[in-house]
Amino acid sequence: MRSFVERHTFWAIVILLAAVLFLWMIFAVWPEWLIDTLGRKKTFVNTLLNGVTLGGLYFLVASGFTLIFGLMRNVNLAHGSMYLLGAYIGYEVADRTGSWFFGLAIAFIAVAISGILLQYLVFRRMAGDDLRQTLVTIGISIIAADAMLAIWTGTTYQFSPPDWLFGAADLPIISVIRSSGDAVYIKYPIYRLAVLLVAVAVGVALWVFLNRTRIGMMIRAGVNDRDMLAASGVNVQMVFVLVFAIGAGLAGFAGVIGGTALSVAPGEDIRYLLASLVVVIVGGLGSITGAAIGALIIGLAEQFGLAYFPTYGVVLTFLIMVVVLAVRPQGLMGGR
Amino acid sequence: MNSSRLFSGSFSLRELHPATIVTVVFLIAYPSFASNFFILQIGAYSLILGTIALSLMMLAGYGGMVSLAQLTVAGLAAYLMAILGDNSMGVMGLGWPWWLTVIVSVLGAALFSTFIGAVSVRTEGIYTIMITLAVAVAFFYFVRQNYVLFNGFTGFAGVEPPTLFGVYWRDPVPFYYLTLTVAAGFFFAVYYCARSTFGLGLQAIRDNPRRMRALGFNITLHRIVAYFFAGVIAGFAGVLLVWFNGRVSPGTIGVDVAIDILVIAVVGGMRHPIGPFIGAIAFVLLENFAIDLIDRERFNMVIGTAFLLVVLFSPDGLLGLWNRFRDRFRFRGNALLGAERVNKDDPASTGSLEKS
Repeated sequence: MRSFVERHTFWAIVILLAAVLFLWMIFAVWPEWLIDTLGRKKTFVNTLLNGVTLGGLYFLVASGFTLIFGLMRNVNLAHGSMYLLGAYIGYEVADRTGSWFFGLAIAFIAVAISGILLQYLVFRRMAGDDLRQTLVTIGISIIAADAMLAIWTGTTYQFSPPDWLFGAADLPIISVIRSSGDAVYIKYPIYRLAVLLVAVAVGVALWVFLNRTRIGMMIRAGVNDRDMLAASGVNVQMVFVLVFAIGAGLAGFAGVIGGTALSVAPGEDIRYLLASLVVVIVGGLGSITGAAIGALIIGLAEQFGLAYFPTYGVVLTFLIMVVVLAVRPQGLMGGR
Repeated sequence: MNSSRLFSGSFSLRELHPATIVTVVFLIAYPSFASNFFILQIGAYSLILGTIALSLMMLAGYGGMVSLAQLTVAGLAAYLMAILGDNSMGVMGLGWPWWLTVIVSVLGAALFSTFIGAVSVRTEGIYTIMITLAVAVAFFYFVRQNYVLFNGFTGFAGVEPPTLFGVYWRDPVPFYYLTLTVAAGFFFAVYYCARSTFGLGLQAIRDNPRRMRALGFNITLHRIVAYFFAGVIAGFAGVLLVWFNGRVSPGTIGVDVAIDILVIAVVGGMRHPIGPFIGAIAFVLLENFAIDLIDRERFNMVIGTAFLLVVLFSPDGLLGLWNRFRDRFRFRGNALLGAERVNKDDPASTGSLEKS
C-alpha cells in the first residue's frame, strides 16, 4: 500500500479523490443540479446497493469456478448447471422440511457430491486434455439442463426464507429532506444485505482456508507446481476431489442464495455461467481476489447499465471485458 | 512474402476419389427425387448449418481456436439483412437493394468476427472458448433487450430473398441450389485454403506458436485473418439462414443453438472440411426424426448424449470413426499401427489440436 502511494502518487490522489466524491454522493443530501443530471438519489443508492449485492452473488458462483480452474486447469462449463441444480434441490428440501437453512445445507452437500462424481468420473480420465474436458462439460450441461427441465418443468419457483430475513431496513443514508424538515431514509431489503454479508463471509473464509490452513497450503502449492506437490508426498488426487467438492458446493450454495434473492427458472444456468465467465475473465482465472474484484465490477456495471441506459446495459458489461482483455489479457489479478 | 504466393496451393483433378464424384452427382441430382420437405427442411437446412459449422471447423481445426461465437456472427448478418433490407415488423427496415444489403451484411459480420478475433487472440487455448462464449451470450442478451435496433424479444419477420431472373429464390429447388452453391464454394475455398501458404502457416501456428514466431511469422495477424475469413463464411450462412427462416429473433442466436453448432462440428469431425456437413446432416436428421423415437421435448437430451459419446469415445468425430474403421479393415490384425498412423500422418487430426 505504502509503496503504491510512493510509486504512483498521482494515481493514488486520483483514487482518493474519487473515493471521497463517491462517499459524498452516498451520504450527502444531493443538491438540485446533481438531481437534474443523475436523477433521484434514491435510484442511485439503490442501484449501487443492488450492484454490490449482485456482485456478492456473482462472487459466490465465480469463486468456485475460479478455484477449480486455478488448481486443476479444468474449465467447468457445467458450473451454471450446478448453480441451477443447487437451487432446485434446495427448493425441494426447503419445501418438504419447511426449513430454508436445511435446504441451503443440503444443496451445498448434494452439489458438492455431484462435483466429486464429475471429477472422479470425467476429469480424472482425461487429465491434461483441456479442450476435451471443456467439450465434455458442455455436453454435460446440455444434458443436465434438459434433465432439470424434464423434472422441474419450466415453472418459476420462489423460495420462502425465514421471516426475519424478510422486509426492509432503514439505512442511515438520507434520501431527501422534506419541506417539513423530516429526513427520509433509504429503505433496503434485509435479505439482499444478508446476501452481501454471506458473500463477504465466504470470501473471508476462503481466504483464511487457503492462506492459513495446511490443506490450503497444499492447494496453493498445487496451483504453482502440481508435480512437485505430488513428489513431496501429498495425495494430489484427494486435494483435487476436495477442491472440486468445495467449488461445486459453492455453486449449489449460491443457487439457493441467488434463487431466494431472485427466482429459480430454466435459463438461469446460462445467465450465471455467463456471469462466472465474465467475472473470471475480468478478474483473472484462478484468483479468489480477482473473482471478488471482477464480481463487484460486473455486478455494478450490470445494475447501473440497467438503471441508466436500459437497452444498452449488456454492452457495458461486454465493454468492460473487452477493455480488460485489451489492457491485461490475463485479467486484473491473473498471474502468469 | 508477396500476396500472390500467400494463397497459392496445388490441386489436380487426377486426385479426385470416386466417392467424391458420387457425392457431387448425388447432391446435384438430389432435388429430382426428393420431396419438398426433404429438399428444404433437410437438404438446404443441413447445408446452412454445415456452412456455419464449417467456419467453426476452419478456426478450430486449422487454427486451434474453438470459437463459440460463429453463430453470433451469422446471426449478426441475419439481423443486418432485416435491418438494412425489408422486414414486415415496422421497425428499422431501411429498404436497401438486396445486393447491397447482402454485401454490407456479410462484411459487417466479417468485421464483427475480426473484432472477436482481435479480442480473443491475445489469449490462448481455453480462454478462447470462454471469451467467445461470453460474446455469444452477451450478444444474445443485448438483442433481446434492445428494441430500438433489434426489436427485442420479437425480432424481425418477413425477410425474403429477391426474385431474380424470374425465379423466386425461396422456392425449394432454387433455394436448395443456392445453398448448395454457397456451401460447396466455401467447402472448396476452405479445402484449398488449408493447402495454401496461409493455411499451412495457420496450422503450424496451431501446433507451435513459439517456433512460428521465431521464424518471423506474425501469428496474431494470421489468427485475425483466419477470423475474418471465418466471418465471411458465417456471414453468408447467416444471410441464407434468414432467407430460409424468413425471420430472425434472439432465439435464433441463443446459446443452445451456438452450442448446437459446436456439437455439429465436433460430431462431424474437425479434421476435414467435409466433417461439419456430415455433422449437420446427422444433426438435422436426428432433429426431425428423433420425435418418432422419443418425446420431442427431450431432443436436447439425445443431442447432448450423442455429443458426449462422440467426445468421450471418438475425439475425431464421425470422420475419425470412419477412418479408424477403414484403417482397421486395411491393416487387419495390426489395428494399433493403423490408429497411430492416422494421428501422425494427418496434420489436421484433433490429436494435435490440444495445446502443447
